[in-house]
Amino acid sequence: MRAVSSRFERLASPTLGRNLLLALGAAVVLLALSSQIGAYDDYNLTAVAIFAIAAAGLTVLTGLNGQLSLGHGALMAIGAYTASIALKHNHQLPVIVVLVIAVLSTGIIGILFGFAAARLRGPYLAGATLTLAVALPQVAFRYKSIFGGESGLTVTPPPPPDFLGADFPPERWLAWIALAAAILTMLLLANLLRSAPGRAFKAVRDNEAAAALAGIDVARTQVLAFVISAACAGLAGALLAYWTGITAPAGFTLALSLQLLTAIVIGGLGSLAGAVWGSIVLVFVPLQTSGMASRLHLPSSISDNLPLAIYGGILVIAMLVAPHGIQGALRRIFTFGRARWGRTPGGGQEGVVDWDDPASDT
Amino acid sequence: MMGGSALRIRAIAILSLTGLLAACGTSADNTSGTNTASAPGITATTITIGSTQPLTGRAAPGYSEISPASNAYFNYVNDHGGIFGRKITYYYYDDGYNPTNTASLTRKLILEDKVFALFSALGTPTHLAVVDYINTQKVPDLFVSSGCNCWNDVSNHPYTFGFQPDYTIEGKILGQYINQNLSGKKVGYFFQNDEFGLDGVKGLDASLGASSVPDAARQNYVPTNTSIGPQIAALQASGAQVVAGFSIPAFTALALLQAAKIGYHPVWVVSNVGTDVPTLTGLLKRFSGSAAGGQLIAGMVTDNYLPYSSDTSNPWTSLFKRIHDQYISTLPFDGNVIYGMAQAYTFVQVLKAAGRNPTRASFVKSLETTRLSGGPGFVPFGYSPSNHLGYLGVQVATIAADGTVTTTGPVYQSSDSGPIVQFNGSPSTPPTSGIP
Repeated sequence: MRAVSSRFERLASPTLGRNLLLALGAAVVLLALSSQIGAYDDYNLTAVAIFAIAAAGLTVLTGLNGQLSLGHGALMAIGAYTASIALKHNHQLPVIVVLVIAVLSTGIIGILFGFAAARLRGPYLAGATLTLAVALPQVAFRYKSIFGGESGLTVTPPPPPDFLGADFPPERWLAWIALAAAILTMLLLANLLRSAPGRAFKAVRDNEAAAALAGIDVARTQVLAFVISAACAGLAGALLAYWTGITAPAGFTLALSLQLLTAIVIGGLGSLAGAVWGSIVLVFVPLQTSGMASRLHLPSSISDNLPLAIYGGILVIAMLVAPHGIQGALRRIFTFGRARWGRTPGGGQEGVVDWDDPASDT
Repeated sequence: MMGGSALRIRAIAILSLTGLLAACGTSADNTSGTNTASAPGITATTITIGSTQPLTGRAAPGYSEISPASNAYFNYVNDHGGIFGRKITYYYYDDGYNPTNTASLTRKLILEDKVFALFSALGTPTHLAVVDYINTQKVPDLFVSSGCNCWNDVSNHPYTFGFQPDYTIEGKILGQYINQNLSGKKVGYFFQNDEFGLDGVKGLDASLGASSVPDAARQNYVPTNTSIGPQIAALQASGAQVVAGFSIPAFTALALLQAAKIGYHPVWVVSNVGTDVPTLTGLLKRFSGSAAGGQLIAGMVTDNYLPYSSDTSNPWTSLFKRIHDQYISTLPFDGNVIYGMAQAYTFVQVLKAAGRNPTRASFVKSLETTRLSGGPGFVPFGYSPSNHLGYLGVQVATIAADGTVTTTGPVYQSSDSGPIVQFNGSPSTPPTSGIP
């Protein structure tokens, strides 16, 4: 009896309340925002939500559990192909069912791969996940009748429900779906990270031997982190299938995995908010530079590659200016402000910030 | 100074065009009158079109020249007064051959840049990602740069039109050439394992008979795996004296090098897509560290539906070379440049035919009902209300040791299921202005 009530107390803790309130606030703001902007901005907002889900999952694995994955693009591909195959067999499947199937199937593959990953360390784990990213798209070529080969499987975006009116843009409806999925993911992850498994993740990352001595099952914790991370990637992949309109091997190259890694580093390694910042950079910087080739009067050998060079340049500058990412920089500004008003949180030393804590400001 | 005479020429041109169109039974009101903003992307003085192209990444070599070449032709038209006084603005964005990027950039073009039409969007998987969306938005989608027959789907995609002959037609005509000129020799296939290669093999089989090529002589590759030694060795072991290929330039070059290495010298009969001589020579040099080059291409059989960049006697080649030298002289002058300019020329033909103030729907209708003739292609287009296929056939050609390409035999046209027929039309010459 007591165990049950204490568990209930823990569930209804101030953290949950605060996170719920934050999620609700975010939902209201984003709903209002998405209704004000045009269909094209809604479409880009959807991309931010999708990449934020995948990046948040990667943050749990790499930022908080210390397992470097270069293969998250492949896990997204599993989610995307699951969704596309499910829709190929039944066009009428509701979005929520498709998303759940994708999360489950990617989660199951995550378990299998997590067991292998838990045995590997450092560069070996990076190598194994890299293999996944490189090899998996080949499966689509090999089994053409199932995966559609090079030209892939087409997916029709979900039509908005009738009660929203005939003129409701489908881009906005997809944005709502993706934003709801992103907010729910963030809420669940934020709660998880403030609870025992979340603390175990960090303990294992910081020192495996010490964590084992403290009674944490290191391998199990690592598998769990991998599964959660894979499930997030699967969800993002399924949404990406709707967003792109096609699931093809060319959409899941090694570059995608590296982009996700870039997003969490530039956003701020180890923080969920950082995953969101990183996704915003990931979506909007290439869009701003994409038109250069046809608008600048430069030799095409230069203008074709300029967007990539600018993207690279921004990454280099961002890492020099804000080595702890955007979230780290924001937190530093925030902490600096607090220090001036004489309120140093948690009795910590002035000017010292726990960069890695997803919610240090309690 | 020259304004007066230029105006007069333009007036005469408009008058005679009006007369021509009236003679064709089209309403004369289409071309006279003043310019209005008749559709999204069209103002009184401009018309904006857009495209997604692989300017970087694995599909970029060669293909990245297509859109600058089209743009050069549009700039040439703009510098000579534009079309109905409108200047063409062409936005082409780099999707890196990644459908995820294509999806977002196509929406940028349609929703934000508000282009009138999409033009020359490149790639099968990339364009498949957006073809439904483009058609629900009712945006004209002209001349997709891919030989997939998926663009010819009038009921589902009424706004989408192909450009090049589909690979099955090409395979059929190459197969017929083998039957007629290399009869009695054992044939093998070397093809890319996707729509491109499989559609081509379908055409080859239709002409040669599926049973005449044993499984051991049907070798394929995937574009991400460059080690093709086993396939070439298997072709040699099968005793194939002729290898019919549907491969992209990089893999044509790899196959030639690998065959030369093991002393295997069949007659190569390779699809147009994989045989652009300047591209191929460059790749052979690069892959072999300059040990091999153009000599490996000598004797190869291929086909085309557009003039060759090496054929300086062709008036279209000299027109395009002139524009190339003026606007994009830093790019090599090769088949990709010809392709991009031929697409742009054809687009301007359609713009002319659609009249002064087209809507998106009337523009597409005009392409379906006007017989486009007098362009650079060897063969007619298939466009009609029930057919959105582009060029309907090819002419076979052989490549000499010095890299010159000589067309051989008549021009043939066909369809995916119909018979091969000879096309007897005579080649056209470009108008002296270079503008349709």
